[in-house]
Amino acid sequence: MPQLLLELFSEEIPARMQAQAAKDLERMAREHLAAAGFLPEALKTFAGPRRLTLVAEGLPLAQADRQEELKGPRVGAPPQALEGFLRKTGLSQDQLVERDGVYMAFIDKKGRPTAEIVAEMVEAIVRGFPWPKSMTWGTKKLRWVRPLKRILCVLDREVVPFAIEGIPSGDVTEGHRFMGDGQPFVAKDFDEYAAGLEAHFVVLDVEERKARILEGCKTLCFARHLELVEDQGLLDEVAGLAEWPTPVLGDMDPAFLDLPPEVIRTSMRTHQKYFAVRKAGEAGLAPHFITIANIQAADGGAVIAAGNAKVLSSRLSDARFFWDEDVKVGFEPWLDKLNGVTFHAKLGTMAQRVGRITDLAGQIAHIIGADLTKATEAGRLAKADLTSQMVGEFPELQGVMGGYYARVFGLNGEVADAIRDHYKPQGPSDAVPTAPVSVAVALADKLDTLVGFFAIDEKPTGSKDPFALRRAALGVIRIILENELRISLKAPLRQSGAFLYDRQGFHDRTDGFKREEPLVTVDGSPQRASSQRIEAVAVDLIAFLADRLKVVLKDQGKRHDLVDAVFALGDDDLARIVARVEALDGFLKTDDGKNLLAGYKRASNILKAEEKKGPLPTGEMQAPTADSAAEVGLYNALRLLAKPLKDALDAEDFTGAMTQLAELRGPVDAYLDGVFVNEPEHRDNRLRTLAAVRDAMGQVADFGLIAG
Amino acid sequence: MSREKPKSFQSLILTLHDYWSRQGCVILQPHDVEVGAGTLHPATVLRALGPKPWNAAYVQPSRRPGDGRYGENPNRLQHYYQYQVILKPNPENMQDLYLGSLDAIGLDLRTHDIRFVEDDWENPTVGAWGLGWEVWCDGMEVSQYTYFQQVGGLDVSPVAGELTYGLERLAMYVFGVDNVYDLPFNDPDSPLGATSYGEVFLENERQQSEANFHGYDVAVLKQQFEQMEEQVPLMLARSYRNKALVLPAYDMVLKASHLFNLMNARGAIAVAERASYIGRIRDLCKLCAQAWVDQQDAA
Repeated sequence: MPQLLLELFSEEIPARMQAQAAKDLERMAREHLAAAGFLPEALKTFAGPRRLTLVAEGLPLAQADRQEELKGPRVGAPPQALEGFLRKTGLSQDQLVERDGVYMAFIDKKGRPTAEIVAEMVEAIVRGFPWPKSMTWGTKKLRWVRPLKRILCVLDREVVPFAIEGIPSGDVTEGHRFMGDGQPFVAKDFDEYAAGLEAHFVVLDVEERKARILEGCKTLCFARHLELVEDQGLLDEVAGLAEWPTPVLGDMDPAFLDLPPEVIRTSMRTHQKYFAVRKAGEAGLAPHFITIANIQAADGGAVIAAGNAKVLSSRLSDARFFWDEDVKVGFEPWLDKLNGVTFHAKLGTMAQRVGRITDLAGQIAHIIGADLTKATEAGRLAKADLTSQMVGEFPELQGVMGGYYARVFGLNGEVADAIRDHYKPQGPSDAVPTAPVSVAVALADKLDTLVGFFAIDEKPTGSKDPFALRRAALGVIRIILENELRISLKAPLRQSGAFLYDRQGFHDRTDGFKREEPLVTVDGSPQRASSQRIEAVAVDLIAFLADRLKVVLKDQGKRHDLVDAVFALGDDDLARIVARVEALDGFLKTDDGKNLLAGYKRASNILKAEEKKGPLPTGEMQAPTADSAAEVGLYNALRLLAKPLKDALDAEDFTGAMTQLAELRGPVDAYLDGVFVNEPEHRDNRLRTLAAVRDAMGQVADFGLIAG
Repeated sequence: MSREKPKSFQSLILTLHDYWSRQGCVILQPHDVEVGAGTLHPATVLRALGPKPWNAAYVQPSRRPGDGRYGENPNRLQHYYQYQVILKPNPENMQDLYLGSLDAIGLDLRTHDIRFVEDDWENPTVGAWGLGWEVWCDGMEVSQYTYFQQVGGLDVSPVAGELTYGLERLAMYVFGVDNVYDLPFNDPDSPLGATSYGEVFLENERQQSEANFHGYDVAVLKQQFEQMEEQVPLMLARSYRNKALVLPAYDMVLKASHLFNLMNARGAIAVAERASYIGRIRDLCKLCAQAWVDQQDAA
């Protein structure tokens, strides 16, 4: 079956856009082919620095012939209608067929040649390609990511003839820019194309380019007893920057090794796109680097290695200069500079934020039992490195540099670690801080962010989360759960809100913060308006954190209705919420659990139905007066349950509490099966009894929210 | 091609002049108003706009007052040279022409690693942006290559291709020199004696750095800025032979822009004010760009 080969050859495509471009090309081609009734046996796309390529196997040379059915006017309709239909179909009346009293036209449609369809498809793909950013060039109106130079398009070894804005299709492409003979070559099918590219020093498949890079790096390293510091993001990028990727090992002046390894790696990676290496089996870096060149140079890469080494030296000299200047300055002048740095127009300066974080870190240290002095010291210094020269150059080293500088300045190790780690976790794969001082500062940092942006109504909506509040919330959750911290969040949230409002003034959502704060009357007594707002922000944030926790628990496979059932209790202690969800999950997997849940639902349905008739009776359940074993049984079970259930809950032994509830299963079943609630003289007490079941179970979770 | 490799800073410039002259460019001299980059020369900013073809190359002294280091940093200067090429419409083979210029200055493209690395260029003070690359040679950025999409907030059509070479950096690389002041300015074997870049410019860097950071009177700079700002629309309102005085008005925009850079170097512009100053300059530039395009259409 015929094969289609398409190559869109352009000037250099940004590395970061290539992978998506290959996917988009595949998707668009599949859609177009499917719309024409084609289902290729195989379809594959490739993206590289100068080309997007598609190969589709098993296309017919033409669409199948088909018959189109057109419905015309009713038989006996006015003659004008029939005339119109004949004109439209180009048939005469005797060619029409009557079916169910309607004239039908059957028109034979020749299947169109595939080449025609491909020509239209390529034009539609080129004109509609979803590049993140595209441009025009020269006098053309066409848009592409960079100037489009050639279109190779062959079907079954024949050129599919067309032209897009003066760029004709053909069967010719080019290989590597600098290596080989530099002559364009003909490719009439994929085998010729792949062989031609190989002969002209182009590796088509990005995965092959990556493999070639890794293998080349390993060979270079092995010869010198080195190990590559692997970096997937960097590998992805450099594989999009070279058609003939060729690792070259260069030397770095070992004197630079006294710089922190993060600085060296960041400088190598962000400025130069180099891989770092270390001595085999050792930590720390070795005084070399690997750059991925685009050519296999005539001199074996000596000039390339020397040139790159020189550039790296000047980069690292800059870094050294920043380090030397920074250690001359110290934290206090940096803190001073934070007065001139705006955190957010409505939330004040970075210095004001530091003040809040400092005090909040102290409060949290108190709650979690961390060293108060160290936590406030670390909170005060955590953001100082933002005005250091090194972080100015490499923003991603915030925190890390503060940690190093703290040690240089002789600060306590726990304080230095807390400065270093307080931004953590910065992503799902990043570790959470575990040292108590670090935990206190990390939580204070995130809570101040959350409270601040919620206070000024900058909550995330849909896919928009410009201040990364979801990440901050997730950080809070992970720090608490992974450290098994017991902390009622409302208290620090309120505290954080109070710091904000006391220092920034009152924020009324419309005019921003202002000094004169109105008083409001609550329960007849005047109160500061901010206390109401702080409470509202805290409640909002608990709900926001609960939502994020749901996502976390769902990811762990917990049923979301169980999470809802536990959240309904209004708890603000995340560790306790999770423990409850886990116990509930276990309980509902038992027979007792399932049946008790069914019993709960029946009881609760009866209560709901009765509630519609009028308010339910109030007061305590009384001992049953009717002579019914089922009634007595449940009454006793409920009375016996009360204390052990309370004890288990007080001890936060949720599995124990579930075991206690399991005792209700038999009596509840017997009651619901044997007792008729609506006997007039017993109705009130029987409803009270059912309410007692609901209340007892409700101490553990809102079973009404559980599906099943 | 067996052309001789340049041996000095000035022969590097002469080689580029010769090369781009052979490609058919008009070889211009620098614009005589202080600018922060070669792009700001009216030969680029204004001539990029409008339908007429335009191909030019020139050296432009560029001033970045804040980058002054009193001649003590081997890589940073407050006054340096950019080599600028503008080709409108950009020819189909512009990349090849560019690579030919590297070959002309003695970079062997089969020994050096040349890469086109994504870099989307923009200059907010003139409301300009384009797509292109930083060109790397063995890991060092040797040029900026841009297809202009907008200038002065107006679409550039046909598209102009722009090349900017940082001459000192390129020369340091080609000649293997680590300190800019050690660059040979003329032929090191000159019968009249060798002159280094430092001999020409070191004192200038020292004095200008001091002036940039401490010498200029902020109040005077501010006053001059405001005067220039006021004058631009007045100049544009005047005309000669039915054409608004765009070229003198644009010179005033350039002066305002340089005054802003001086105020910035003096630390006289608060972070919050910065964006507003840049916006003011951009607005003036847009006025000029629009007036220029109107004249082109009318012509």
